[in-house]
Amino acid sequence: MNADLSMTLPELVLAVGAIALMLVAAWGGQGSTRMLSWASVAVLIGAGIALAGPASSGGAAFGGLYRADAFAAFAKVLIYGASAVAIIIAPRFFAAGTGDDLRPEYPVLILLSAAGMGMMVSAGDLLTLYVGLELQSLAAYVLASFMRRDTRSAEAGLKYFVLGALASGILLYGISLVYGFSGTTLFSSIATAYGAGHSLGLTFGLVFVFAGLAFKISAVPFHMWTPDVYEGAPTPVTAFFASAPKVAAIALSVRVAVEAMGPATDQWRQIVIFASLASIIFGAVAAIGQTNIKRLLAYSSINNVGFVLVGLAAGTPEGVAATLFYLTIYVVMTLGSFIIVLQMRDAEGQPVESIASLAGLSRSRPGLALAMMIFMLSLAGIPPLVGFFAKLAVFTAAVHAGLYPLAVAGFAASVIGAYYYLRVVKVMYFDAPGEGYSGRATPIEGGLITAMAVAMSPIGWIALGTLGVWTTTAAKALF
Amino acid sequence: MIGLTHYLVVAAILFALGVFGIIANRKNLIVMLMAIELILLAVNLNFVAFSGYLHDLVGQVFAMFVLTVAAGEAAIGLAILVIYFRARGTIAVDDANRMQG
Repeated sequence: MNADLSMTLPELVLAVGAIALMLVAAWGGQGSTRMLSWASVAVLIGAGIALAGPASSGGAAFGGLYRADAFAAFAKVLIYGASAVAIIIAPRFFAAGTGDDLRPEYPVLILLSAAGMGMMVSAGDLLTLYVGLELQSLAAYVLASFMRRDTRSAEAGLKYFVLGALASGILLYGISLVYGFSGTTLFSSIATAYGAGHSLGLTFGLVFVFAGLAFKISAVPFHMWTPDVYEGAPTPVTAFFASAPKVAAIALSVRVAVEAMGPATDQWRQIVIFASLASIIFGAVAAIGQTNIKRLLAYSSINNVGFVLVGLAAGTPEGVAATLFYLTIYVVMTLGSFIIVLQMRDAEGQPVESIASLAGLSRSRPGLALAMMIFMLSLAGIPPLVGFFAKLAVFTAAVHAGLYPLAVAGFAASVIGAYYYLRVVKVMYFDAPGEGYSGRATPIEGGLITAMAVAMSPIGWIALGTLGVWTTTAAKALF
Repeated sequence: MIGLTHYLVVAAILFALGVFGIIANRKNLIVMLMAIELILLAVNLNFVAFSGYLHDLVGQVFAMFVLTVAAGEAAIGLAILVIYFRARGTIAVDDANRMQG
């Protein structure tokens, strides 16, 4: 096979798979949904297997437009895993009489989105970056408004679309300035232009590009769409938004920052530090008054993005490795929390989302409450749990890069964040029981929750060493 | 003689108008879609102007990609708008307030 094509094999598998499954869906109609879901998971696994070849070590393909390195491969494993989970957890949510059936487009849209995310993390050129980002976003807009009869879902889709399109526009304007003042769209040549000397046009381009990317990763001050979209979108879609696209957008930001704008580190570091601290503090403070669990998790994701950016602000191989390390652990914690949110149903089987309805969960569903407690305390970064090591890694990287004020402020702000995570635990364990939840987790969901909770508990320590080695290898690919 | 600067200034004004149209508009969602198109056109103008100035084709290729993606984006935007209108019976921005906070 052509060397370029063999490097892009994962994206080829996803794109061809998505198109083929769309045809099957057109033929099979509503009845084929369940089969298509499993077929889509199989396609994602196939794409993951395709990563093993030249796709993870081949270097640059198509004249530098596409990069197949360890960094991209690591991010893609996370993306495909999170996408597969989002497909697996969907059927039961839609089956519970929410007014809308799960249509076969759902897994296909996730596949297309995954293909776009793969292009994002492998981008070696501003053009690949833009096309990948748009492929991911366009599929995501449709997913957000997937429950057509639900007004909140329609509104979430609309808000996501308008603000996402604005973000794309800002990013694109930045790209046009970078292109105009550097004369190229290739990351490696842009780095040369940034290294050559100070230019006002290039600085403006950098600011616009980072503003656009901040929108996509929902970092403060471009976070305003996040709570509404997370609340309004169907819960499996919210779980997807909080995991896979976030990994892709952060990995993309890291690649742009290091590969294209590495010589301008001093310029973007100020932006990243500001966005990081603002996200940590705002995410923690604004979450305190929330009563809806999905909104709470939205603010939690804003808060966590702040910690991820601490690693990027360091701008060193260690910082990038810490960013990936944090992202991996964050994806597991957040997916686990959302699968538990999926279990919250009232007596009639309708989904409920209020934090108050978790009251007394420790007595009615002790296993579920224990898992939720592990996820919440891990998100808060309380020591015996794995989430603590994620925070430790990013702050260590920041300290080694000499960013003492950032590390100290971040540590202090993480204490504020602990408050609202602990509040959820308090409601589950110390409040008088409310109405119990109907129904039990399916074996697959129960298994996912158990596996994720075990991975985040102290038992997960055994995997941390391996994860550290992988993230270090992945980060080295960028420098 | 119209130089690069003139094109860049026009594009910057169009871009600012587009962003302003999204932020300040409180009446109609269709106007927002138009503002998004305005932003993308401002970017295209930038690309083509730089492409001519640099004697480099990449900018024009990029502009073609932006046009294509903008078409897809408009299609999806209008589809979501139709869903929203069916559910709520209005397309006023101020009414998009089922969720607050």
